[in-house]
Amino acid sequence: MDGQYLNPKLSPEGIPPNIQEIRAAGNRRIVSILLAVVTSSFLFAYAQPPLYKAFCEWTGIYDIDRAQRVAESSIPARAVKLEFDANSHDGGLRFSPETASLSAKTGDIIHVTYRIENTRNTTVIGQAVPSYGPQHAGGYVKKLDCFCFKQQTFAPHEVREMPVVFVLERSLPDDVNTVTLSYTFFEVPAGSVTAPAKPGESRT
Amino acid sequence: MQATHTAGAADHHADHGPQPTGLMRWITTTNHKDIGTMYLWFSFVMFLVGGAMSLIIRAELLSPGLQYVQPEFYNQMLTLHALIMVFGAIMPAFVGFANWMIPLMIGAPDMAFARMNNWSFWLLPPAAILLTASIFVPGGAAGTGWTLYPPLSIQMGMGMDMAIFAIHILGMSSIMGSINIITTILNMRTPGMDLMKMPLFCWTWLVTAFLLIASMPILAGAVTMLLTDRHFGTSFFSAAGGGDPVLFQHIFWFFGHPEVYIIALPAFGVVSHVIPAFSRKQLFGYASMVYAIAAIGLISFFVWAHHMYVTGIPLTGQLYFMYATMLIAIPTGVKVFNWVTTMWRGSLSFETPMLFALGFLVLFTIGGLTGLVLAMTAVDIQLQDTYYVVAHFHYVMVAGALFSAYAGLYYWLPKWTGHMYNESLGKLHFWLSMIFFNIAFFPQHFLGLAGMPRRIPDYAQQFADFNMISTIGSFGFGFSQLLVLVVVFQTMKGGAKAEARPWDGARGLEWTVPSPAPHHTFEDPPAFNPAEAHG
Ligand code: HEM
Ligand SMILES: [Cu+2]
Repeated sequence: MDGQYLNPKLSPEGIPPNIQEIRAAGNRRIVSILLAVVTSSFLFAYAQPPLYKAFCEWTGIYDIDRAQRVAESSIPARAVKLEFDANSHDGGLRFSPETASLSAKTGDIIHVTYRIENTRNTTVIGQAVPSYGPQHAGGYVKKLDCFCFKQQTFAPHEVREMPVVFVLERSLPDDVNTVTLSYTFFEVPAGSVTAPAKPGESRT
Repeated sequence: MQATHTAGAADHHADHGPQPTGLMRWITTTNHKDIGTMYLWFSFVMFLVGGAMSLIIRAELLSPGLQYVQPEFYNQMLTLHALIMVFGAIMPAFVGFANWMIPLMIGAPDMAFARMNNWSFWLLPPAAILLTASIFVPGGAAGTGWTLYPPLSIQMGMGMDMAIFAIHILGMSSIMGSINIITTILNMRTPGMDLMKMPLFCWTWLVTAFLLIASMPILAGAVTMLLTDRHFGTSFFSAAGGGDPVLFQHIFWFFGHPEVYIIALPAFGVVSHVIPAFSRKQLFGYASMVYAIAAIGLISFFVWAHHMYVTGIPLTGQLYFMYATMLIAIPTGVKVFNWVTTMWRGSLSFETPMLFALGFLVLFTIGGLTGLVLAMTAVDIQLQDTYYVVAHFHYVMVAGALFSAYAGLYYWLPKWTGHMYNESLGKLHFWLSMIFFNIAFFPQHFLGLAGMPRRIPDYAQQFADFNMISTIGSFGFGFSQLLVLVVVFQTMKGGAKAEARPWDGARGLEWTVPSPAPHHTFEDPPAFNPAEAHG
């Protein structure tokens, strides 16, 4: 087991006397290379945000609803009747759509306005909640903007016009020819809220 | 013949003055064996802390409903458990092995940068304190899970900042440790030991250390970006300012997947020493082992998005990451076959190190197979974030890395202490661990397949039975681990005298020095004997 070296240079006699210095120099050289690796690796992390953005734009994968658009575009648009409705549980509020009904095509972006008037002498806080007729048509109404996303505060006798922007998807089932969009305004009882909802706390 | 007898690094001369004693000896030591010992003790303490947290988690999951803790606290325990186990227990344990054994295996007097080595260790306790103390600050510790995903990690309280700083410090420690290990291995081998004759444990650490210096700075970058998003108005990841939270996941897993191999590779290394020793044969397929290690290290950088199949990455991306991930199973399979072939027609004996190595082999393979199941995109969409994933990574990290660390501990303990450990206690420890581990984690596969989500303190009634079994198993497993403490203390205090080579099948330079290994070894480079080569 001992004394059999593959070649004599490997025996202890072959070890150079200045092995310490040779090693120390080598150690320093290696460490500087490794530090360069560490630094570039750290910088690589910081290079990611721009690289990622560029990559996603170059390949087009940032466009996350492209698949759906492609699927949608294979379905022809068709005419549907839209009806708008508004209810309030509170006699002090007058709430109504500006347009009662219109003819539209699936896939179009539709803008409508609702009007609300606070006839009382006090501030009213509340939120509108949507419902759909027929109910399953709701899944095909894609809202881009809606006053129903947020709680609203009305000063005494304030009148406000509020927009809804939505798309009726082309995949709407064939048996649905009329879609009713109805809002009910619920007042938040006085004292139960101290501040209007923060922006971003949206609800559909 | 040799002019002076000393180390490769100039600062090693510190050892030749008057020696500090007591606590100062440990604080100022630059000796690789002392530092290795400190790493191992530190990792064991962290293992107990992290273990206690996991028992809180499992106690809460014993039955459905909320019993002992609030969901917020549950999340904090879960996060700290993972961070502490990964960065505080498993990684330092293998750095401890590296410190103790690499210089002994390659015939070097010490690590290349002995004083930096002291620093790498002493950075750990402050980081550990930051992490654990964060439980007590307002808002509590980070509760995001160890993956620290925004937007939650941007919103948490100051516990999150403490976790970020702890990660910075731990990362610095790992980087310094890795620089030391690479330099030592590349430059301090005894003349004649070329790379392809080097013990396999050194090979696994060489690749691991490269993975560390390439990936740790990336994690550091990611958490720094989180920190500036939190406090300095940047928007790398916060969508409100135009950032992208999914980008964080890409960066995190670009670090995170190499990280799992940082944990696994040194474990492979230890097993590659233990199995040949107790089979009384050379390791089968040394060269293929080396290439497999290198291949695993390389591929591990190109598979990260298998953790992100449900983030909406495009189909081509999903396919690429699926195939790339499956590719890793090839080098991993090569290793498993080589270990099995090493045992083939060997003269096997089943002392505790071998038992743990075999336990590793069987259970790690199960973990590898569940990994392949998860690699399949179509399947993973169902299993992502369920207990199936939890089962997978505990099979590879506990039954893989931890069992391998135990194999190494029992294997080298006689060399460290000069005494033989109590074999029956060791075996008892193995069998309790083996049985309770499987009771704790095997049912989690079923829970995951049935759809139980991970990281939730409460669950639906139909999951109750398997959860109860799992909790019983985990308490059994946890308490069995205290046996190690008994064994180690016994062995330190006394026991049968260990010879220089207590295992007749063991090969390598570390067995040519007396047991216990003297404070200074190989001050003159030893003769390299090819018969001792290949671990
Ligand atoms: C053949 C080898 C392996 C394959 C194919 C594999 C595959 C995977 C996949 C696809 C996932 C993602 C599952 C999901 O989140 O839905 C995963 C998770 C994980 N794997 Fe593996 N894996 C392998 C080996 C390992 C090893 C060796 C380790 C560590 C020692 C490991 C540790 C983990 C961890 C910690 C997670 C969970 C991360 C988290 O979400 O918190 N894996 N693995
Ligand atoms: Cu992975």
